[in-house]
Amino acid sequence: MSPLPASAALALGDDALVLSHRLGEWAGYAPVLEEELALANISLDLLGQARILLSLVGDEDELAYLREERAFRNLQLVEQPRGDFAHTIARQLYFSSYQRLLYEELARGDDALAELASKAVKEVAYHRDHAEHWTLRLGDGTAESHQRMQQGLNALWRYTDEVFEPIEGLSVDWPTLRERWTEQIAHVLQQATLTMPSGPQGDAWTAGGGRQGVHTEPFGRMLAEMQHLHRSHPGAAW
Amino acid sequence: MSTTDWPLWEVFVRSRRGLSHTHAGSLHAPDAAMALRNARDLYTRRSEGISIWVVPSTEITASSPDEKDSFFDPAADKPYRHPTFYEIPEGVRHL
Repeated sequence: MSPLPASAALALGDDALVLSHRLGEWAGYAPVLEEELALANISLDLLGQARILLSLVGDEDELAYLREERAFRNLQLVEQPRGDFAHTIARQLYFSSYQRLLYEELARGDDALAELASKAVKEVAYHRDHAEHWTLRLGDGTAESHQRMQQGLNALWRYTDEVFEPIEGLSVDWPTLRERWTEQIAHVLQQATLTMPSGPQGDAWTAGGGRQGVHTEPFGRMLAEMQHLHRSHPGAAW
Repeated sequence: MSTTDWPLWEVFVRSRRGLSHTHAGSLHAPDAAMALRNARDLYTRRSEGISIWVVPSTEITASSPDEKDSFFDPAADKPYRHPTFYEIPEGVRHL
């Protein structure tokens, strides 16, 4: 078994941790109780993945609660504010489609990540199913739900370029992954009567830099909220 | 969005092979596919089940509390309907 580079575990672990926190923000605010629990379940799945991945790098609590913003290696996509429900579903569709393709590929490998990936891929498949079902219903629902869903997809599109930036230490065929991702998203959006966003891709400017520790403004505020308890009361426990 | 727009569904969960589906509770969902997913999240998150049924609550016909006497009381004084009324022959096991 080849050892997993810390940089890769950190990138994937931070993605899971940060998105988990963003989804957790729906607690008490989701449109219906049933949906609140669905989002909380997805959030907890991601938190479980984050704990395992960060533990491969070091102390999970220190990494989650005591790092500064620039030390996080997550995608800018996952740190964006939750927005309205359609916005959250748009992000879930983009991210879970990517995560599923990535973890399926990692599960075939032979490093420390393969075992985690083969377990996580089942969770992620459900996340994707959840996002797809909601995309279909919002896109093909009322005029307002259609408009909000399209807005969410358009607003987050600029963060999807970074998703396919190679992660150091992972042997993944990124261009093929991106191609399959684009096909899948296009298929869902077409069924949902939504329009595939077009925007900066390739050589044009896109948002990015999360993997290098460059983050967007909302991320600092999110971290302040996520870390303040641990920083105010070090070692606090239930 | 308000849950009053969404129909109510009854959820039945089978906990393992060989047992029957048992009523677990109810939930709101816009359609059957979403009801099934909500049921998965609400009622099987602590590995309570391996199979789920969802049924629109409006499709359930229930006995009326007013008919309770005529429905159920006549069965109360007929002990011979219980298998305990019969003697079990010797040699019959697993009963």
